[in-house]
Amino acid sequence: MDWFENGWGLSLIVFLPVVGAAITLAIPKARESMIKWTALVFSLVTLALAVLLAVQFDYSNADTYQFGTAIDTPWIEAINAHFHIAVDGISLPMVVLSALITVLVIIYSWNHWPEPHNPKLLLAFVLILATGMTGTFVALDLVLFFLFFEVVLLPMYFMIGIWGDRGIREVPIVKWKMEMRLYASLKFFVFTLAGSAFMLLGFLALYFRSADVLGERSFSMIELSEIGAAGAFTGTFAFLVFLGLFLGFAVKVPMWPVHTWLPDAHTAAPTIGSVILAAILLKLGTYGFIRIALPILPAEAENWAWFIGLLAVIGIIYGSLACLAQTDVKRLIAYSSVGHMGFVMLGIATLTDVGINAAVIGMVAHGLITGLLFFIAGSMAHRYHTRDMGRLGGNMVLMPKMGLLLGFAAMASLGLPALAGFWGEFMALMASFNPLESLGQDGLFRGFMVVGAVGTVLTAGYMLYMLRNVNFGEPADEWVGKEFHDVDRSEWLAWAPLVIGTIAIGIFPKIIFGATNDAVIGLVERAFGG
Amino acid sequence: MNPIDYHALLPEIILAATVLLTLGVDLITRRKSLAAITAIVGSFAAFVPIATLAFCDSLEFCTSTGADRVLFGGSFVVDGYALVLKGMFVFAGFVVLMISVGYLESDRYYEGEYYFLIVSAVLGAVVMASSRDFISMIVALEVVSGSGFLLAGWRKGDPKSNEAALKFFIIGVLALALMVFGVSLLYGLTGTQLFSGIAAASAGVESMALFNLGVIFVLLGFAFKISAVPFHFWTPDVYEGSPPAVTAWLSVGSKGAGFVGLLSVCYLALPTVADLWGPVLWLVAALSMTVGNIVAIKQTHVIRLLGFSSIAQAGFMLAPFGAAAASGANLGEAFSATVTYLVIYAVMNLGAFAAVIIIGMRVGSYELDKWSGMNRYAPGVALTLAMMFMSLAGIPPLAGWYAKFAMFTATIGVGSWWGYSIAIIAAINAVIAFVYYSKIIKSAFFDAAPAELDVKALEGEMVPGPMGFALGLSTVGVLVLGVFPGLAANLGEFSSEILAAVGL
Repeated sequence: MDWFENGWGLSLIVFLPVVGAAITLAIPKARESMIKWTALVFSLVTLALAVLLAVQFDYSNADTYQFGTAIDTPWIEAINAHFHIAVDGISLPMVVLSALITVLVIIYSWNHWPEPHNPKLLLAFVLILATGMTGTFVALDLVLFFLFFEVVLLPMYFMIGIWGDRGIREVPIVKWKMEMRLYASLKFFVFTLAGSAFMLLGFLALYFRSADVLGERSFSMIELSEIGAAGAFTGTFAFLVFLGLFLGFAVKVPMWPVHTWLPDAHTAAPTIGSVILAAILLKLGTYGFIRIALPILPAEAENWAWFIGLLAVIGIIYGSLACLAQTDVKRLIAYSSVGHMGFVMLGIATLTDVGINAAVIGMVAHGLITGLLFFIAGSMAHRYHTRDMGRLGGNMVLMPKMGLLLGFAAMASLGLPALAGFWGEFMALMASFNPLESLGQDGLFRGFMVVGAVGTVLTAGYMLYMLRNVNFGEPADEWVGKEFHDVDRSEWLAWAPLVIGTIAIGIFPKIIFGATNDAVIGLVERAFGG
Repeated sequence: MNPIDYHALLPEIILAATVLLTLGVDLITRRKSLAAITAIVGSFAAFVPIATLAFCDSLEFCTSTGADRVLFGGSFVVDGYALVLKGMFVFAGFVVLMISVGYLESDRYYEGEYYFLIVSAVLGAVVMASSRDFISMIVALEVVSGSGFLLAGWRKGDPKSNEAALKFFIIGVLALALMVFGVSLLYGLTGTQLFSGIAAASAGVESMALFNLGVIFVLLGFAFKISAVPFHFWTPDVYEGSPPAVTAWLSVGSKGAGFVGLLSVCYLALPTVADLWGPVLWLVAALSMTVGNIVAIKQTHVIRLLGFSSIAQAGFMLAPFGAAAASGANLGEAFSATVTYLVIYAVMNLGAFAAVIIIGMRVGSYELDKWSGMNRYAPGVALTLAMMFMSLAGIPPLAGWYAKFAMFTATIGVGSWWGYSIAIIAAINAVIAFVYYSKIIKSAFFDAAPAELDVKALEGEMVPGPMGFALGLSTVGVLVLGVFPGLAANLGEFSSEILAAVGL
């Protein structure tokens, strides 16, 4: 198994999907089942390799990078950029989650093709997305990270633009009428691109400054973290660099107030697009904070912590309140992501091992739960042909299994103990009680904790509000007497792993902490001295 | 007198022979395709000596000179920089010829002379890459432009084409006049035409004011040639009116030749007054990016849109150039970034034109709204078209990302506010650019085909072979350079060795 441990295994996990995409594109359009099977096989093999990775992973050394390519594997020699990929305890859960979600999305697609049909193109985009997502989580070179971080943009842009919602929407301020999908896809792209352009400027600034300490310019995250922890980046320089990184990551997360692309993109995207967006793409931003911004610029992270924490709790409250005002199920779930990612960011802002552990488990849990919610919302819209909560109702009567699953997902989402969503919220709040000592802002963060706790109540409020409107009550007249087919086979197959994962992590959070804890403690110790 | 190094001259000799042969073949035979084949084979053959010159050290039969090959008293130099750009120009010519074959057949105009002119233009550009004095540079530049004037007006029956040719001609002559006036001042003050001679003598000239005036006029001439804002206004009309295949050449070959001239003159002849041309080029870069991009947003004609896009791209190329010179930083990285950008731009812009022309011929229009729903009847071309435009927008993993990346690296690397500010301007512009590049994707993929379009009939149409080959070549290029951008970066570094020779 030497080849697997020397980086080949990980490279396969990253690049197999894109190979699959190329093959899928080469198959003639008419041979649809062959296209579907090709995509499925490639994603399944990738998942199998990812599982193998998780099995072989040395959990007692979770803080060291494993299965990596050599740190000096050449890539672009002119700028000293290397093809350096590896996993540690923080990235491992994300890699497995990405591979899993890709498989589930393809299974779900089996008989849920959004209009206009074209499975070939859709599956190719899903597979390209998979490469971009896993690549971002394993990249240890800033250029490589940037490349993967951006690779996900185009497929998602196409996905929203081609298969998205065709309803008409008025563009704010200028008052043009525009199709939802066109508006949302452009907004998604422009927001993210604008953020990442500044992120790139930040990377380049680090690259040039690193020469002062290292003797040669470096994009290596490991080297930059080392010199960053030793205090190489200070003053206005560090402030501006952190600002650049912050813009790039905060848009992706998304944090209030740059979150506005998210409700539009989520609502307009086809079901599987929303699932991938919610489950994985948002995590690229939080992962960037944990992996890049904090370790490389620890002093600035301390300066910014109160600001990030503040935006996080504003996001929590704002997201929850916005949810209460929604009439569209999908839009409600989209706004709930703003709130949940607020908890993740609050955990990160405390700069403690508890908080960052909370963030990672929160990321995984949100991926599973919100992914499931979007799946269900999509399936319901598919059957009812509406997402309007004013018209829905009595889902428990019409489709009991679907109703049950929706109830389960909603409970998990509001943070019910013994389900996965609980740990992220609970521990983020716990961490805010005791933020990093050197911050000296205990009072402030305890305030955040109180506000966050109010947010959990609001979360319960809007989730129950949605359940009441969708699941309970008597079906409206327009649905009575109509036949609805309940959860079908491909839906069961796609959703069962999410349900099982949610319960398993809820009862045994060690599944995640076992991998992350040592890595997070190591990260915090190196950056903030414990 | 030294014996002439014919190996160093071989690319030019082959191209010159091809020029004559193409004309000769056209004289003696009625089969027009023979002229095309001659031109294509000839320009392909020109690659061979470029390759042998580049890898001379590792080739047995090649007598390495151990240093750059300097001919004709320093007027003509074959070094890494010259070879990289010669390769680029020959590639551009090759691709343009491929595109033209399919295009001209659908049009009833002269063919033989057309190929003759394209190869002449390539010859001019290739000489340009080596010329190291003002006389040979101006002659080379005018060989490129002169062919361009005629090519722009190729569709005699089309008033727009006539307008394009006339506009291009008048502006071209104006630019030439400005440049020659500037050159005459520089010559008068320094007593030499050689770039190296001017660089050496510039410190002790009688009147620095006059010298600077000369520099400004030379820059003005080039600004017209590379269609930088505010000397760009001829570009959209000329691009729109010319036959699209010619526009492809104008936006890559002709513009590239202007760039090469500007690079050579600034770095080799005028390094001592970098504090003068640096800020000027900084300003021109910032304006070109911003104006080009903002105006492009409103365009509905694809070729016009590409015209404005090429103006903006020129701004990106100039950015490191201006920033580094303005702050007196190490010019090597800026130079290398500009060359890297130019090479990648050539590949992706040619690809974009190939795809645009294929669709344009099929639909019979270059208006964007006529192109909607292209994904339905030409999925392959639509996908490659999208790839080319996204590459122009600089979206990874397509080659254009590295062009932008190298540009950002070089501007930030300057380490002064000249660099930071233009990097921020460029970052904002990169976002604006996406807005109009994405219009193509929206039209091709997101919109439904117009009702009057006979989708079924269009579905069956084949892409003309040579055009498909050109498009395939650029697609592979864009993907390979995107994933392994080191290849392009190496070309940039290879060419920036020239600066060490002049002590920069």
